[in-house]
Amino acid sequence: MDKNVDVVLVGFGWTGAIMAERLTAAGLNVLALERGRWRDTPNDFATTFDQDELRYMWRHHLFENVARDTVTFRNNQAQVALPMRRLGSFLPGTGVGGAGVHWNGQVWRFLPTDFKARSHNRARYGTAAIPPGMTIQDYPVSYEELEPHYDTFEYLCGVSGKAGNLSGKIQVGGNPFEGARAREYPNPPLEMTYGPTLFAKAAAEAGYHPFVHPAANMSRAYTNPLGMQLGPCTYCGFCEKFGCGNYSKASPQTTILPVLMKRPNFTLRTGTEVTRIERDSTGKRATGVTYVDAQGGKQFQPAEVVVLSAYILHNVRLLLLSGIGRPYDPKTAEGVIGKNYAYQITSSVDVFHDDKLINAFIGAGALGMIIDDFNGDNFDHSGLGFIGGGYVGVVNTGARPIESHPVPDNTPKWGSAWKKAVAANYLKAVTISTHGAVMSHQGNSLDLDPTYHDSLGLPLLRMTFDYTDNEHRMSDYLTDRAVDVAKRMGAREHAARRRKGSYSIVPYQTTHNTGGAIMGENPGSSAVNRYLQSWDVPNLFVQGSSAFPQNAGYNPTGTLAALAYWSADAIITRYMKSPGPLVHT
Amino acid sequence: MIKRTITRRRVLVGSAGASSLIALSACESAAPARSDIDIPTPADRRAGYLFFNPIEAAFIEAAVARLIPNDELGAGALEAGVPLFIDRQLAGPYGQGDHFYLQGPFSHAEKTQGWQMPNPAAVYRTAIPDVNHVSLDVMGATFARLSKDHQDEVLAALEKGEAKLPGPIEASAFFELLLQNTVEGFFSDPLYGGNHDMAGWKLIGFPGARYNHREFVSHHGQPYPLPPVAIGGRAAWNRS
Repeated sequence: MDKNVDVVLVGFGWTGAIMAERLTAAGLNVLALERGRWRDTPNDFATTFDQDELRYMWRHHLFENVARDTVTFRNNQAQVALPMRRLGSFLPGTGVGGAGVHWNGQVWRFLPTDFKARSHNRARYGTAAIPPGMTIQDYPVSYEELEPHYDTFEYLCGVSGKAGNLSGKIQVGGNPFEGARAREYPNPPLEMTYGPTLFAKAAAEAGYHPFVHPAANMSRAYTNPLGMQLGPCTYCGFCEKFGCGNYSKASPQTTILPVLMKRPNFTLRTGTEVTRIERDSTGKRATGVTYVDAQGGKQFQPAEVVVLSAYILHNVRLLLLSGIGRPYDPKTAEGVIGKNYAYQITSSVDVFHDDKLINAFIGAGALGMIIDDFNGDNFDHSGLGFIGGGYVGVVNTGARPIESHPVPDNTPKWGSAWKKAVAANYLKAVTISTHGAVMSHQGNSLDLDPTYHDSLGLPLLRMTFDYTDNEHRMSDYLTDRAVDVAKRMGAREHAARRRKGSYSIVPYQTTHNTGGAIMGENPGSSAVNRYLQSWDVPNLFVQGSSAFPQNAGYNPTGTLAALAYWSADAIITRYMKSPGPLVHT
Repeated sequence: MIKRTITRRRVLVGSAGASSLIALSACESAAPARSDIDIPTPADRRAGYLFFNPIEAAFIEAAVARLIPNDELGAGALEAGVPLFIDRQLAGPYGQGDHFYLQGPFSHAEKTQGWQMPNPAAVYRTAIPDVNHVSLDVMGATFARLSKDHQDEVLAALEKGEAKLPGPIEASAFFELLLQNTVEGFFSDPLYGGNHDMAGWKLIGFPGARYNHREFVSHHGQPYPLPPVAIGGRAAWNRS
């Protein structure tokens, strides 16, 4: 048996690193268990070999290896779920830093009304606006409460951007729809490439409000509040699905770890896979976790507090494997673990120019121009038949050619005609993308698969998910707006790629899976309270986007990081002084 | 040539990374200090195929030459070394499905559920004779011996799922894999055996493994002036 620690963290990506930094700074003795291996900039993604599309994107070098464990998937209860045998739709990370190594650095805050999705939409559009089976809930925390924590994360990451709303005053050049922020972004916007610039001009002419995408890619040299130094971004176009060799993208490695690793009250143990949260005889107190070490031995790690900080799918699976919380039943809508799994719905419009060299290979993960006119409840939904929305814009993440070689409609997929179209359009194409919310629905959920197992013989997580009319109508509406802008961009032609039919686990869309261990007002409707504390086991906290009651039309990292800071604050200032439930029912 | 360049880079990167080892040493048993740089493994450049037998090789060489043909725009997949690329991929960890979940049972899937086949090497091994079987049956010769027009007809029938393969692999699923691997071989870094002479990148104007475009961000609408470069450098820079 290993020696007792104050806090054991399960998983060591963004939320694990944030929790570890905060909790060790408060003097707690913290151990992080990470099943992957150590990774750092010079050894794992140096600039001399980082620009390797095949290895990182297509051979999944930094991603979770599904050979070890995966999910099973089906669109609805009537189907038999089958294993996701190859990664596709979403790309979780593995190893130290998690997906925080290969993300784009797109840092968003949710809108104030996103936190009140149920009550706000009912109040504005009537009870009929939320159809039967749409199981959305309000967050038990407000935008205003999270604002300081969003701010902390943005300054940790050195986000480049332009505020749109400073303490209620709308700012020229920023997002006029955003919630009020206390201060400006730590860094000015990135320099803009041609494609997003053309989009912004056309969007402004259409009467919309373009602004620069907030980016955890450095627009200049930056030293964060922990003293970590980041270098200016070189616009190499290898952020998403790649590490940054240039210390220019915020990641746990570039913003936290070198400081954290020197603290004597922190230990990281890699190659350790947690299989169960153990409890005492009352079932109401976690005693620690069982894990399998790098040599395949079974170990028990005692701890005063257990924090789940793995990817959403693993957080939920560990709760189910440990028998903590009542599993959700999609037939009755009762139970909480696995409830309200949600995702994102995306579409795009490719715009092809004859005379303009776009050179989209010059890029950065969050380099772009966006309109937020059709996100959340920023527009009147009366008569539209859906709630929610998403952002529309050109995000110039780069144009790695295996993945990105857009061709006009009706081009064959191979042969000389394809080759000719790829050669003619590669440097002259701009892609507008839409990034839409997914509301939660009764049938969309997570549980344990009855048939398939991981490499340790434990049941895989089973995902049941499909889009509903709400998502399709909303995504079509966003795509129509994108087409409106595309038509004003002075191009030869455009091609809309709508998201039609059932959700498919095959093509890459986003790694924005949410829900399954949602936060809420009471134990009957949620797995964790407003501080991400388990209702059933008060010394267990569950971080990450598993807490989102439904997804918003933004990338989740900003919000899940803000929630981690908020939760860490509650553990330090309240729980440690008086261990027990932080919310009484 | 590639190997020598990588070795040189290993030394350079190793010394540049020395400062981070100080941070690493502070993490006791926690974060194992790694002195090994996680560099990519180049394709084996010895002549000849490692995975494909002669019949399979004839199919692959013929098929990729139709998927990305040699034409007035220049080299196609065959000239760019795509058959060697696919061979080395299938002979290596990818072919064995090192990043695929391969536990049974295998069942019929909805299209939205994705890949439900064995590892890529097994898919090629099973499907190529099946395609030759269909080709022989319908067109009167194995795929490689058909005219280009007839080869295109067979490929189109595979793509659309109109051809039914006798074995367990669905025609359209095999076609999709073959096309994906062909595009990978045409556009991936030459390190892996395809994209010979950076032919794929030169065709479209992608400048390759460069890591600094700062100067060109604001050059809206201007041609990018630099030729492509690969992870292993460029012929003109390297001693051969």
